[in-house]
Amino acid sequence: MKELKVTPIKDGTVIDHITPGHALKVLHVLKIPQTTSSVVSILMNVNGKKGKKDIVKIENRELDPKEVDKIALIAPKATINIIREYEVVKKHNVELPEEVIGLTRCSNPTCISNAREPVESRFHVISRDPLRIKCYFCEREPEDIAAGII
Amino acid sequence: MKFNQRDIISIKDFSKEEIEYILEYAKRMIPYATGEKHTTHLSQQILATLFFEPSTRTRLSFESAMHRLGGSVIGFADPSGTSQKKGESLADTIRMADSYSDAIVIRHPQEGAARLAAEFSEVPILNAGDGAGQHPTQCLLDLFTIWSEKKKVKGNNIVLVGDLKYGRTVHSLAYALSMFKADLTFVSPETLKMPKEVINECKEFGVEPISTSNLEKAIKEADVLYVTRIQKERFPDAEEYNRVVGSYKIDNTLLQQAKPDLIVMHPLPRIVEIDPEVDKTQHAIYFKQAFNGVPIRMALLSLILGGGKKL
Repeated sequence: MKELKVTPIKDGTVIDHITPGHALKVLHVLKIPQTTSSVVSILMNVNGKKGKKDIVKIENRELDPKEVDKIALIAPKATINIIREYEVVKKHNVELPEEVIGLTRCSNPTCISNAREPVESRFHVISRDPLRIKCYFCEREPEDIAAGII
Repeated sequence: MKFNQRDIISIKDFSKEEIEYILEYAKRMIPYATGEKHTTHLSQQILATLFFEPSTRTRLSFESAMHRLGGSVIGFADPSGTSQKKGESLADTIRMADSYSDAIVIRHPQEGAARLAAEFSEVPILNAGDGAGQHPTQCLLDLFTIWSEKKKVKGNNIVLVGDLKYGRTVHSLAYALSMFKADLTFVSPETLKMPKEVINECKEFGVEPISTSNLEKAIKEADVLYVTRIQKERFPDAEEYNRVVGSYKIDNTLLQQAKPDLIVMHPLPRIVEIDPEVDKTQHAIYFKQAFNGVPIRMALLSLILGGGKKL
């Protein structure tokens, strides 16, 4: 018998194809659960067609796809599925903007963006696959982007 | 090609054509830089020099360049007497200097400081070194020195020796030399090798730098030897430091193996890496290189502040 670890949701949002191990960071970026009282299910290291992945299911809440684009930094291959009556009614691949502002800290401790200055961190996306970003201020490339998520 | 009111933050903001234009223009500045000719080109204009870190050549040559162009200079060479010591942000210091001047030169210990300054300033920002980051005017004067001594940059075998890991000038210089398709050799001890990302940038221009620790071999084929200081604090013990410094010391014995027209450059200050006996040889170009900071900075100031009028 097939074991069903998490049941399908009736209404809400499913974020699929999250980089394995990054589901909690995705929730952190989306400020969940602080901004919702809905039931949230998290699956980590699930076997998918293209290897392991994480999945997040948020019941009774439809996330705005644009709002979710900011997770592209840590889960560039994620897809957003809006569910109504158990059916996927909308599907959206996250899109990384040209510039990433205020989402992740520069990994260079002596970068001016880490000092007490009135600026947000700012990165240019120089490659999407593999994901590479460069600090607008100090021109360094952080190796572990997820580690710097604010 | 637009220079009027432009910020000078990183050599990577410039195309090869723009750099060539600056080098040509700097050549025309030499008689003004030596005092042979006089001009009031930038009279009534004020340059603010904000040095949050010590500097000798960069600050003096910027100030000399502005005075030679007929402008005036305000600023500080030591932040201890400024509001920064009271905890003022760099952004606020820049807003203040912006209202007192027509352009701002900044040296700061933190990387990205000049880029941040440009965000808060209406007047152009010239980066005079931001921590271990960029120092574009040093890079331009180094290029100018090679270009004017060797008549071209392309095809010259340029050997960079010393601390290639932490040395601020060598990273931007390797980038710019690759843009001009110079042949590059990087000579350093294993622990102070050129970072991989700099080597990758060179490769993006189609240049394949050679990395070695053997200076004696590299010097035989060199057209330009660019020497940098090896800092004692980078080594775990004094014995290792002394061994490395000894193996990269440039003296007349080593130079006997070099081509007669090899030029030896150094961003200065030098400590022990070039023996003073080299100063009198035809190879020594480092003091001329330091002078070249004036015409290069004059060219930049004129292009940025001259309102499109050339000297």
